[in-house]
Formats: sequence, structure tokens, C-alpha cells
Amino acid sequence: MLAWTIYISFAGAAALLTLKPDQVRAARIVALLASLAGLLVALAGAFEFSASGGLVTVADKAWIPQLNIRYTLAVDGISITLLLLTGIASVTGVLFSWNVTHRTKEFFAFYLALIGGVYGVFLSFDLFLLFVFYELAIVPKYFLIAIWGSTRREYGAMKLALYSFVGSAMVLVGLIAAYVLAGSNTFNLIELAKFPFPRDFQMWAFPLVFVGFAILAGLWPFHTWAPTGHVAAPTAASMLLAGVIMKLGAYGCLRVAMTLFPLGLDDWQHSVLGFGSWRDVFGLLAVIGIVYGAMVALVQKDFKFVIGYSSVSHMGFVLLGLMTLTTIGLSGAVLQMFSHGIIAGLLFAVVGRMVYDRAHTRVLDELEVMRLSKALPFAAGTFVVAGLASMGMPGFSGFVAELQVLIGAWKAFPTFAVLGGLGVLIGVAYTLRAVQKSFFSGHAEPSSELRDGTPNHDLEPISLPEKIGAALLIVCMVVIGVYPQLLLKLIVPALRSDLMAPLLKGGL
Amino acid sequence: MSGPITLLTITPLVGAIIIVGLNPQRKSLARGVGFACTLLSLAFAITLWVNFDAKSGALQFVERWPWIPTLNVEYFVGLDGLGLLMVLLTAIVVPFALLASSHVDENPKAFIALLLFLQSGMFGVFTALNFIHWFVFWELSLVPAYFLIKLWGGPRRAPAANQFFIYTMVGSVTLLLSMVAVFLATGSWDFMVLAEKGRSGELTTMLTARLGWFGLSKDALPLVIFGGAFLGFAVKVPLVPFHTWLPATYAEAPTGVSMVLTGVMSKMGVYGFLRVLLPVFPGEMRAVLPLLLWLAVATIVLSACAAFAQRDLKRIVAYSSINHLGYCLLGIFAAAQITGNDPQWNTEKAAALNGVLLQMFNHGLTASALFYFVGLIEQRTDRRGLDDFGGLRKVAPVFCGLMGITMFASLGLPGLNGFVGEFLIFKGAFALTAWASSISVIGLLVTAIFLLTILQRVWSGPLTSQWGGFSDLTVKERLIVLPVIVLMFVLGVCPQLVLNFINPTVLRVVEALKP
Repeated sequence: MLAWTIYISFAGAAALLTLKPDQVRAARIVALLASLAGLLVALAGAFEFSASGGLVTVADKAWIPQLNIRYTLAVDGISITLLLLTGIASVTGVLFSWNVTHRTKEFFAFYLALIGGVYGVFLSFDLFLLFVFYELAIVPKYFLIAIWGSTRREYGAMKLALYSFVGSAMVLVGLIAAYVLAGSNTFNLIELAKFPFPRDFQMWAFPLVFVGFAILAGLWPFHTWAPTGHVAAPTAASMLLAGVIMKLGAYGCLRVAMTLFPLGLDDWQHSVLGFGSWRDVFGLLAVIGIVYGAMVALVQKDFKFVIGYSSVSHMGFVLLGLMTLTTIGLSGAVLQMFSHGIIAGLLFAVVGRMVYDRAHTRVLDELEVMRLSKALPFAAGTFVVAGLASMGMPGFSGFVAELQVLIGAWKAFPTFAVLGGLGVLIGVAYTLRAVQKSFFSGHAEPSSELRDGTPNHDLEPISLPEKIGAALLIVCMVVIGVYPQLLLKLIVPALRSDLMAPLLKGGL
Repeated sequence: MSGPITLLTITPLVGAIIIVGLNPQRKSLARGVGFACTLLSLAFAITLWVNFDAKSGALQFVERWPWIPTLNVEYFVGLDGLGLLMVLLTAIVVPFALLASSHVDENPKAFIALLLFLQSGMFGVFTALNFIHWFVFWELSLVPAYFLIKLWGGPRRAPAANQFFIYTMVGSVTLLLSMVAVFLATGSWDFMVLAEKGRSGELTTMLTARLGWFGLSKDALPLVIFGGAFLGFAVKVPLVPFHTWLPATYAEAPTGVSMVLTGVMSKMGVYGFLRVLLPVFPGEMRAVLPLLLWLAVATIVLSACAAFAQRDLKRIVAYSSINHLGYCLLGIFAAAQITGNDPQWNTEKAAALNGVLLQMFNHGLTASALFYFVGLIEQRTDRRGLDDFGGLRKVAPVFCGLMGITMFASLGLPGLNGFVGEFLIFKGAFALTAWASSISVIGLLVTAIFLLTILQRVWSGPLTSQWGGFSDLTVKERLIVLPVIVLMFVLGVCPQLVLNFINPTVLRVVEALKP
């Protein structure tokens, strides 16, 4: 049944193309219905799945028989978690794009095509198929940014596309090498994972494929596409970019690179510059990402760049969690993928839709004099909640996720855990700074010329779709924060399955 | 399935949610609902007190449910004498603070909702017994406090609120990292289990065995872990030299919030020392005890001197608050002293710890009342400088009398509440560590001097003509402060009311401290 998430999204995109250009309202409704249907299917699948457990094959048909490439869709707890995330992100993305009037139907068509591709990646267990969906998601992304974007949109779109293609090329080389070497004439992930690739091969194939995917997850120093891309993208696209696309990368790291080449994470048995394994190297890069992203976010002038760099910082936690190779750390990483998807989505929604579309500026110093907490109290409240969640306040989903990553990291790399803690603190600082500058500026009463100069009395009030979208995301982050077991009971068994078992070297 | 403690914790939260839903125009309705909620929680707290078996030092009203099984996190609440005392204090101070904030006219709805939210967080901190569960409330109580200062504070509120938040967060993160290390070694977040492992020394062995980092020796590693946890609580209390956030924060916060900050939130730090550091890390605490005692002494003496040097009434009270909590820490550190098995030592330790608990409660009452009075002066005159006034006693005798009583309670006059706690602390601490206690006496003297200076400069002397119109306490203001003043006398004369139910808990702590 879960396969319908893909079909519904692509069908929605096709249906949109049949509309007339002036049928704006119809376009919105089709998009909303398609994304809602996708979410409902994912939810239903999650309920059905919890009852059974283990890996469930959804579809398995021959596709290119000559190469034995099959259309294999399957899910385990990790994919389900990310499907749910995609569903939630897509529905709220539509809600926050309600005001798109420029070529509306194309906008939503690209949007749904992107969603369909993402669902496809999370469902594919045939690596060739996964790769196809992965590429399929990048194309609409490019157009969404280049056509509907803002600040330096062509540059942002092109940078994103180039980075993605370089990453894909690396992944492709690794996958083909694995296909040829295994000689078993299959791209099926489960079959390939059973093949004992030689240790030397894994030692170079692992970093190749891992970095290939991690580029999209914002691994430092390959993260630079992320802030520019996020800033250039229209609101819904930034939400998807941070919320879902970066998760594609992290998911690929876990599902493909780490599952296929677990020996690539072994010790080298000799130390190079103090590193003993790829695990140390990527662990360090992840931590640098956490701290560096946070520090750069602290000094940004553009509100959206703050959030863009915060995404780099938070994705660092995902990658660090992956490198812990413990059940706690890995489940933390998956939970953090979900949690960051929700939180970053909401942050971008506030910045891009609620603030920028009304105030027409994102420069923090200009927002500072507008007293937005008075003009847009709902936006202020939402941003405060999202900011608290983002800084890892207990009671929100981010806390449980980052806590698990830190527990895992404490065990594997104590120094990194401490640096991760430092990253959390800088996170507090940049969030507070953004909250204050954008909404609660220190000026008790702006001087009269400022008050006349700023058009904050004619800011349109927050619309109903925005309120619904914000409420949906907030409910998600609180529910998972208060009762993370809802997702953990899906994720943890998946990590303990035969497929992932070779990864868990760190115990716990 | 929900027990009395859960009910107590969510009552203010429900109240806050109701208030958020009210029409913003109906300010008095919001105030009424808020006050009713705090009264309801006070009623719940008193019910708990009445039903509490005072003879047992064991946990009561326990509720326990699995929460995040993969992390071994439980929903685990319960009360012993210490918890009950703090719950009562919270339940008394918050309605007092709410009444003291009746002049807040800018968005009172949000103000009251945040205050109730804060109360919920504090109830949670004092009742939760699983670290993660406890940490949720510990952090969440920070958020409303931050916004209360940020949005309703004085002119320099933004930097003050930020400093408060960041300092506390630094402490929280190191605390969290340390407790994660403890969890990795022991597999438990449960304060009770950890206390047992800490007492038997098993924790130290486990830390060394399971986490051998950087070749840290088996003595150094537990000390590092202890240091992280210590920082978390030391910032919150605060202990010199981690106190620098406090004067600015207390001075900028609106009156009602200063009352809660000093009355209850500062106790969260002391509570952490009693609930976590002393039971879980007794060995580590002893290893650095001289240093800790010096810190406590420095806190007591330096903050008293700093209070003496201030010219702003609110800052004086803020520094005196640090000073009073210094006595609590002196008592705690003294009780951690290694002694022989002579039963006399246990009596002294019990005296010191009983004193600490009493002092926490008394200081909560006295300091919040002092902030209330200073707030009233500021409200009437828009000033709060020590030298701005003079002779106000002539025009406001009742005000002067009640504030005088509170100040005498604060400096420890026998017959008022402050005396008993400080007396017990010093009685125990003198026997256990004579040098630290002797130096700390300087703090007592300086406190007396600066409090009397306030009486002299503000209330006595010739009346400055500009304050001729300074009005005395209104009937409403008298009624607001009356219960607290009555409590000061009652506890001064009859400390048994509290000692009865805290003593069994204290004896258990002392028992656990035996070598």
C-alpha cells in the first residue's frame, strides 16, 4: 500500500499540469489533497507496520531484466519514520505556499514531483531504483529554486544542482563497482549486503559512497550549497530542502554506504594524522559541522541564513550519531532526521512565509526596528516555540534525538561529545539572538520617525493555512518530544535487524 | 492512574492554558483564574503535607511508569521531606508573587500564564526522581523565567535575560554531559539507584571500568564528571565565582519574578546539591572538600561585602540572597566532611542539614518578601537607590514596621524564622569545620550592617520633603504580605512544624554519608 505514496504524488503532479494557468485555487487544492493523501497512506502504513515489524516488501517486479534491475520497494522502521516526515513536510509545505500566485500550477507540479521522488528514495531497496528516484528529486528542486526563489536564486539553484550531481557521481561509481565485484547480478540491497566485499575494497568504496550522500546531508566542508540553497529557495522549497532533501543524504549514508560496506568503518590499524579509521574522520567532520555551523549562524545578518546554517549544525548531529555505531546513537540519528525535518520546516516557514512575505526584508537589523512581536504575535510565538525546540529544549523532539546522539558519542568519542555540547550552547546563543533581533528587539518604544517609516501597521494578519501548518508541526515536535517511544519503537527494531546488525560495533 | 503529584504538577499548567485562551481584554478575569489556580495548587500541596507520613524518611506518593524504555527513562515522581518542603515553598511563594504583580498592566494574560508555567516546572523539578524526567522540568522552568524577564523587566532587561539564560544553559549542558557519562557507566538515570551506587563507591569503580578516557587516572575521571555536574548546580545557586549573572537578573526582573527567582528557583540549585551531588558523588565531593568549603566561605563573605557596597536596593537584596544561600552550601559541605563513627558527628551533621533545609524554606519566604517591599518602594517613587530616601518611617510607619520585621528575619534575629536555620547550620558546621564557619561569621556581621543601613537610610533620619506624599501600605498590600509575616513568626517560634517532617529525611541522608 505504501507504494501509493509515490503514485499519488506523481499523479497529483500530472493532474496539476492539466489545469489552466488561472485555476490557482484548484491547483492549491489538488496539491493539498495529493500531499494529504500521501501523508494518510504513510500514516496507515505506519500503523499496519507497527503490528508486524521487520522488513516488509511492498512491491517487487522485474524492471530491466537484462541487468536484473528490479522495482523493489520495501520498508523497515527507519524508512517508515522518514516517510512520515515526508508526508508531514509535504502537507505543511503546501499550506505555507498558499500565497504562491506566480505560475501556481507549475509550482505545485514540481513540488509534488519532488515529493514523489523523495518517497521513492525512502522506499527503494533496489539500489538502481533508489538512485533513479534520488536523481528525480534533484531536478524539480532546481526549477523550484531557479523560478520561484529569491536572493541569488540562479546561483543557489546551480550550486545545489552541481553539488548534488558530484555527490551522485561518486555514489554511482561506488555502486557500480559493488555491482560488478559482487558478480551476483543484482542491485538488491539485501542481496548485496550479504556479499562479503573484501576489506580493502570497502575501505575506499565506503568513503566514496558515504561522502557522495553526505554532501546532500550537509557534511562539512561540503555543506556550502546548503545555506545558499536554503536562502534562495521559496519557502516551501526551503522547508523541503532542510526538512527532507538533507535527510535523503543522511538516509543514503546509513542505508547504502554503511549497510553495504560495514567493514569500511573498521580501524585502519595504523594511524594517519591521529585518525584511526574513517569513523574518526567523519566523526570529526560532523562535529566541525555542528560547531562551525552554529558559530557562523551566530553572526549572520540575514534571518534565513541563520536558519540555513543552523541546519548544517543540526545535520552534524545526524552524521555524528551515524558514526557512533551504537543502537542509541543510530536511533538518535534517525530520530534527529525526523526532528530536524519538522523543526527546520517550521523555522523556515516563519522566516520565509510569515515574516519575509509580509515585511519584505530578512535583514535582522531592519527587522529589529519593526517590533514584529506586536505586529505578528502569532509568528513571534511560533518562532519562539520552534527556536526552543531547535536549541534542544527538553520536551521537544530535538532533545531526545540529540541526547541519544550525545550518549552514543560519549561512548565512542568523548571529546566530540563535549564539542557537541558546545555546539548546543552556541545554538542557544544564535537562537536567542535571532528571536530578539527579529521579534523582541530591545527598543522599548521606537522613535516616531522610525514608526512612521516602517509599514508594520499594514502587515496582513497570519492566515488560516499558516496557522494550521504551524500547529501541525508544533504538535509533531511536542508529541515526539514527550513520547519519543512512538518512533523509537519503529526505529530500534530496524537497527537490530540482520541487515543492520554488522554495523553495531559500539554495543549498547 | 495519575497520582496526587502529577495532579499538583499539571494544575498550574492547565491554568496557564486556560488563561492563554481567555479574551485579552479581560485582564481581571485572567488574574482571578491565575490566582485561583495557585490557590488550588497550594491546597494540593497542603493536602500532601497533611497526608505525608512525617515519621518515615522514605519516598511517598510514588508514581512510576516506563517512559522511554530504550533509554531506561521512567516517569518517576515521589516526595520525601526535602521534596515536600520545596513543594510547599513553591506553592506559597508563587501566589504571593502573583499578587505582588497585580500592577503589571502590559499583557497580564501572558505574564500570568508564564508564571503558572514556571510554577509547573518548579513542582516538576522538586518531585521528579529520574534524571531525564527531572531535567525536562529543570530546563523548561528556564524558558518562562527568561521571557518574564525579557518582556516585563527593567530598562536593561535584554542583556540581563540573555546572561541569565546562557549562564544557566552552560551549567545545564555540562550537567547533562556528566549525567550521560554516569548513565553510560551505570545504565540508570534513577536518583535513588545512583545514590545507592554512589554511597557504596560502586559508581566510581564503574566509571573507571567502563569509560577509560585519555588515560585519566581512576581518581581524576570521576572528578571530571563531578565537576560537570557541580557546575550545573553551582551556577543555579549561585556559588561565587559563578554568580555574576544574578545581580543583573534580579535587578532587572519585574518584582513578582524576582520573588520567584530568589524564593524558589535559587533553591533548585541547593536542591540539586542535596538530591544529586551529595548522595551520588560523596567521594568526589570529599576529595575536593577544602576547595568547596573555600567557595562557600567566599560566597558568604564576598557577597555580603558586595551587598554592603551596592547603592541599589534591589541589588543589595540580590547579593544578600547569594549570601544566604552560601550558608546552605556551607552546611551541605560541612556535612560531607569525613568523620569518625562517633554518633556525636552524626548529630552535628543532622543539625547542619536540618538547618540547611530550614534555611532554604526561610530564605524563600524572607527574600521574596524583601523583594516585594523593594518593589513597592520602586512602584511608589520610581527610585530604588539607597540614598534616594530618608525618614520614610514618619509617613509610612506600617510599611517600615513590616519591612523591618522582614529584614530582621533575614539577618537572623531570634524569634523570627531566619534564626533557627542559621543557628542549626552554624551549630553543625562549627563542630565539623571550625575554620570555615569562623570565617563565615564575618558574613553574618556584614549582613547585619547592610540591612541596618537600609533601615537607617530609607526609613530613619529627617524626611526628605519630596517624599512627603509617600503613602503607607494599603489594606490590600497589608493583606498580601500578612500571611508571609505570620509564617515568619510561626516558624521562628515553632520550627518543629517543619523539622518534624524533614528530620527523618535528613537522618537518612546522614546515614548514607557514613563511611
